[in-house]
Amino acid sequence: MMLRGLLAVVAVAAALIAQPALAVLPSEMLKDPTLEARAQTLSKDIRCQVCQNEDIDDSAAPLAADMRRLIREKILAGQTNQQILDFLVQRYGDNVLMRPPIKPATWLLWFGPAALLIVTGTLIAVAARRRTAAPAPPQLAPDEERRLREILERRT
Amino acid sequence: MIPEIGHYALILALAVALVQASLPLVGAARNDLALMDIGRSAALAQFGFIALAFACLMQCYVVSDFSVATVAENSNSAMPLLYKIAGTWGNHEGSMVLWVFILALFGASVAAFGRNLPPSLRARVLSVQAMTGVAFLAFIVFTSNPFLRLNPAPPDGNDLNPLLQDPGLAFHPPFLYLGYVGFSTTFSFAVAALIEGRVDPAWARWVRPWTLAAWVALTIGIAMGSWWSYYTLGWGGWWFWDPVENASFMPWLAGTALLHSAIVAEKRDALKSWTILLAILAFALSLIGTFLVRSGILTSVHAFAVDPRRGVFILAILIVAIGGPLALYAWRAPQLKLGGIFAPISREGAMVLNNLLLSTGCATVFLGTLYPLFLDAINGSKVSVGPPFFDATFVPLMVPLVIVMAVAPLIAWKRGDLAGALGRLWAAAAISGLVALGTYIAVHGASVLAIFGMALAAWCSAGALVEVAQRVRLFRVPFADSVRRLLSLPRSAWGMTIAHFGIGVFIAGVTASSAWQVEKVQLVRPGDTVDVAGYAFTFEGVVEAQGPNYIERRGTFVVTRDGRPVATMHPSKKFYPVQQQTTTDAAIHTFWIADLYATISDPDEGTQEGGAPAFPNRADGAWAARLYYNPLVPWIWIGAIIMAFGGIASLTDRRHRVGAPVPARARPAAAPAAAE
Amino acid sequence: MRRLLYILPLLAFVAVAAWFAVGLTRDPNRIPSALIDKPMPEFQLPALAEIGVPGLATSDIHGKVALVNVFASWCVPCRSEQPILMRLAREKGVILYGIDYKDQAPAGAAFLREFGNPYAAIGVDADGKVGIDWGVYGVPETFVIDREGRIRHKQIGPITPESLNTTILPLVAQLSK
Repeated sequence: MMLRGLLAVVAVAAALIAQPALAVLPSEMLKDPTLEARAQTLSKDIRCQVCQNEDIDDSAAPLAADMRRLIREKILAGQTNQQILDFLVQRYGDNVLMRPPIKPATWLLWFGPAALLIVTGTLIAVAARRRTAAPAPPQLAPDEERRLREILERRT
Repeated sequence: MIPEIGHYALILALAVALVQASLPLVGAARNDLALMDIGRSAALAQFGFIALAFACLMQCYVVSDFSVATVAENSNSAMPLLYKIAGTWGNHEGSMVLWVFILALFGASVAAFGRNLPPSLRARVLSVQAMTGVAFLAFIVFTSNPFLRLNPAPPDGNDLNPLLQDPGLAFHPPFLYLGYVGFSTTFSFAVAALIEGRVDPAWARWVRPWTLAAWVALTIGIAMGSWWSYYTLGWGGWWFWDPVENASFMPWLAGTALLHSAIVAEKRDALKSWTILLAILAFALSLIGTFLVRSGILTSVHAFAVDPRRGVFILAILIVAIGGPLALYAWRAPQLKLGGIFAPISREGAMVLNNLLLSTGCATVFLGTLYPLFLDAINGSKVSVGPPFFDATFVPLMVPLVIVMAVAPLIAWKRGDLAGALGRLWAAAAISGLVALGTYIAVHGASVLAIFGMALAAWCSAGALVEVAQRVRLFRVPFADSVRRLLSLPRSAWGMTIAHFGIGVFIAGVTASSAWQVEKVQLVRPGDTVDVAGYAFTFEGVVEAQGPNYIERRGTFVVTRDGRPVATMHPSKKFYPVQQQTTTDAAIHTFWIADLYATISDPDEGTQEGGAPAFPNRADGAWAARLYYNPLVPWIWIGAIIMAFGGIASLTDRRHRVGAPVPARARPAAAPAAAE
Repeated sequence: MRRLLYILPLLAFVAVAAWFAVGLTRDPNRIPSALIDKPMPEFQLPALAEIGVPGLATSDIHGKVALVNVFASWCVPCRSEQPILMRLAREKGVILYGIDYKDQAPAGAAFLREFGNPYAAIGVDADGKVGIDWGVYGVPETFVIDREGRIRHKQIGPITPESLNTTILPLVAQLSK
């Protein structure tokens, strides 16, 4: 039954990760489903400047609605996603992007995790190698060995 | 009277905490049993006073005593009783009282149930626990007094934020704090161990139940918060990488790493300094989270009202409470004796990998959450870090972790056979492949990522089952024997299997609901029908109703499939006149393997600035409807609950109650070899 | 060497704590303008009926030091700001232009009749498009424009006596030299 439900799915969003766009109004949506899907995917990358923890598709703020209409107009006018994002960044700064641009100021952010993983992994590997090269346990002196044998024999 | 009693109770608790923080420590250094014992009575007394203060505060809310400032700001006489009670912690001051209440609860629990601990360790643990208590009780008494009075008292209150007037408020913060604040105990254990200068398997065993308890509570708390935002915020999303969400997720990541590291410390006396560091970091992250939420330093829909004075106070607490132990760690940890040696390919090696990936994941979330702040502090430039960043950096770290998760339990301690372990997992690989194939066939146009996600989920859960099948020698001994082995497995083994299985369920839920959600956004008039994934939603219009402190517009959708009735759903909008806020209440109908989700809203919302009407009054009765079919979304929270059950199973393991060494008892012959 | 590793967590924490301390002095909700030192956007807006001052276009502002104030009738803080703007125009002789943002024309006119009109010209931005060009995200906002038509400063929120005396008036004086 679930399989049939899945089979009946008409994928509106071609995106890999589709999330609900809960502030988009029917009156704003583009007629062409592919273009509308593109608008919604693009919107996920744009931060609402009023409700600053939501993207413009999720925010109920009027400014978000204005931006939604704006990007749809530009999509209809044939602009590329990058052009639309550049347009907004010019006016609102990098803060309007959900995904920070990769520039020297954000290298630490984007490459930090990978660098941390590599550095820590290397340190651990080096430490591990040093430990497995630990010295052999000290040998017993002959009389200590005799005493050990006596103790063991007494036990059994 | 009652507010005054509550206020004095808090001050008395602070005084007792001061005693508890100092005398037992001295007693432990001098081996003075009398002084050490003060720790126990002090912990119980501290808990008693704070419980009294908490009860007084709750009483003020229940009787709607508006002469108390916080009650006037956050409550209303027309509010239902449940929210009057839960509203006690729905604001900054009250939630801080809940915070110290749970801190003292854990301290009192160590005092009451820690009889198996050596006295000096217990005394030190209680002292450190009390130091944290002193810090936060002082914070409450000096900057966040919940019992401040208003004179004259207003006739009625400001009402609780409508978004919080939900059963979720009754459960989410308490569980979250039980977890969050619960890590204070492992923290105290770690600091006590550093003071003592000794970390040994016994310590690791004693610390484990406290870690498990906090971890289970935090898992449930986070899952509840996620589910609450799914059904109440009308957004249908369940995780936004919001700074406050991250603030609770980071301790969870550190806590998970800690749990696994402590297992190695207990069984093999290895990874000791890792374990101590993680124990300090888990609570440090909780403290940092508390700071982030209450200092105004980050924007969040979740943050409490802001007062810079409070931010400075908490920062001071952070510096002492985290800086101190980390300095102690830098000084003492190198002196800890090195533990057991192990080969890179071994159970310990896998745990090291686990620690590494979880810690890096935690650092990634930390970096992403705080980067805007860091950059702003350096050169004033503003960037924002949103879900796309975390999806791109955090998720790839977790994938290798999940793959290894299935393999690690099959690798032996000290020196393992990777090829053998992988070989034994052929069944899991087969199941994973079948799931991938099935997904590809069943879902038209399924993306590679989604297929991979489902396959990964299957690998994880099947791997957990394969491991337990190995242990009971399924199909290699008579079935009855296997069952007997299964039943006599130690509870912690059950815990691991259940928890790892739950992760697979969770991953399946995340993958399916992200990749295959069906969304229909459209204008509906009474009588219209919309098709969503084969379900027909027929709109029957909206009626108005009056609630205790709100006006409701309630919509009705009749859902059928192939002509047969499935459900009647009632999404609504509620307008709260006191707070002048409107909430969107989604209607959800769950099949446990999928959800139907519906909301209605004003079709002209957002086109008018300022005083737009709370409800539309269109002549054609049209509303904007958002209808969803969310496949496997309940599995997100079911997976989390399963994980929590695994933790609870581990908690009930009899061996955790073992304290000082007891004479070994002869084991039943059918018990499996201690292969863990 | 091993000892060094154990100190790393402490050092990392000290750095984090220092950043938090600095962060406490910042307001995370403020977004600085991306248009500072850039030419103001090109636009042309119709006049506000019944008020009697002309509409507003980029060419009108060019060549003088001026303040462009974004306001609306539904904006509550604008009411506290209006007397300050009136004094600015009358006593200090500062040239003020207004953009009536996302407003219904009759409401905008009523607002100015009640609280005063300090503007030499007013443009009605009914759909907010021009606002987006200016990077407006809230009301009120005020921009200081220099003689070359560049945006030199953006005041977020209402102009207070303090921000007036410490930032805006000195800047206007400096640009007018």
